[in-house]
Amino acid sequence: MTITFHHFANPTRALRVAKALLPFSLAAMSVFLGWGLWLALYASPPDYQQGEAVRIMYVHVPAAWMALFVYVVVAAGSISFLIWRHPLGELIAEAAAPIGACFTALALVTGSLWGQPMWGTWWVWDARLTSVLILFFLYLGYMGLRNAFDDPVKGGRAASLLAIIGTINLPIIKFSVDWWNTLHQPASVMRLGGPTIHPDMLWPLLIMAAGFKFYFLSVGIIRLRNQVAVRRLQTLSILSASPSSRGAVRLSSVAPFFAMGGYAFYVWPAYGVTFGMLAILFATSVVAMRRHETAVRRLPSAQNAS
Amino acid sequence: MIALGGATGLILAAFQDNVTYFYGPSDLHAQTAMVGTRLIRLGGLVTPGSVRHDATGAIQFTVGDGKTEIPVHYRGILPDLFREGQGIIAEGRINANGIFTATTILAKHDETYMPPEVADALKRAGTWRGEPQDKSAGPKQ
Repeated sequence: MTITFHHFANPTRALRVAKALLPFSLAAMSVFLGWGLWLALYASPPDYQQGEAVRIMYVHVPAAWMALFVYVVVAAGSISFLIWRHPLGELIAEAAAPIGACFTALALVTGSLWGQPMWGTWWVWDARLTSVLILFFLYLGYMGLRNAFDDPVKGGRAASLLAIIGTINLPIIKFSVDWWNTLHQPASVMRLGGPTIHPDMLWPLLIMAAGFKFYFLSVGIIRLRNQVAVRRLQTLSILSASPSSRGAVRLSSVAPFFAMGGYAFYVWPAYGVTFGMLAILFATSVVAMRRHETAVRRLPSAQNAS
Repeated sequence: MIALGGATGLILAAFQDNVTYFYGPSDLHAQTAMVGTRLIRLGGLVTPGSVRHDATGAIQFTVGDGKTEIPVHYRGILPDLFREGQGIIAEGRINANGIFTATTILAKHDETYMPPEVADALKRAGTWRGEPQDKSAGPKQ
């Protein structure tokens, strides 16, 4: 038997790979997030125009990248589920969607905290901001639709279809700043002609982005394991209701570090809300996975094997 | 996929006019229909040397795109990034004399990020490419 993509489409086999991958993913996440935080908050220079407020970029931009990336994962999982009937596709999409919604919410909130001091407004209805808000509603719609039907199969199909149709929004978000006049500035990193961002600021951004990627991988695996445990419990009718889980002027001393050049009121809440929300999602995912995997293990072995 | 692509194209075409968040000075100059009570947004660069603060706390400056300049009157809080040469968006109304009375001023910033020392070094070396060019003013890439 040849090993192909379809080989790994078997949830049990995929789960084994995911389980083995988790410790490495968690370690990489800790290293990159720790290193990224140190660079972003302390070791990187302020901006020539924006001063210390530019530090919000290091959480805002990776969150926004992940909002788009996770949506691609959700849509790809949905396509493989609808077309090839891969149960793994649906499981991955279902596990990824709340993480994507979390990243989208973070992009919106940290963007707001950045917009107030720099632009002079928390929010405007320009093409970029509006299309990202629509992305957030697409995530919520996907998660809601999944639970809106009595028959989970129907709900899964409707939600997958919504996720696929919603991909129209992705190029609109990416190119909104080029196609229309917007308050939001055009892309600095992923653009033709190379980044317009100084290497001292690009590196912290990329390292933080790597941390966010590994966060997604880690929490994604945890949620996937939970999803598989929940399905097993559901098939054995032990769980009747749906589980809760679905649902170069360097800063030189301590005082100026906390003052953030007068932007403390915006920079610290941006980091607080980002890492607070990521920690909550991480903790709830771990708790749900533990609970359901324990429940599966406690099943009589005969039933467990079926 | 073809249907999705077609739908996207149609939606984008329909949005083209409505999604534009602001007009450049030249757009505004050409469209006399904008005069009056309608709330509009004007985006462009604050002309260097044009900013005047008067004794009552009001501020006057012109917003230009290299071709047209529109005088703006404003009274209120300015964003931190407001300065001469900066890209801004003024929300307000334009009268028949072509004077734009703003109720809100928003600052636009461009996609360039660098430490202050690097900006100073570029200025000293003479390789500075000027204050950031606003999209409405600069040549389209």
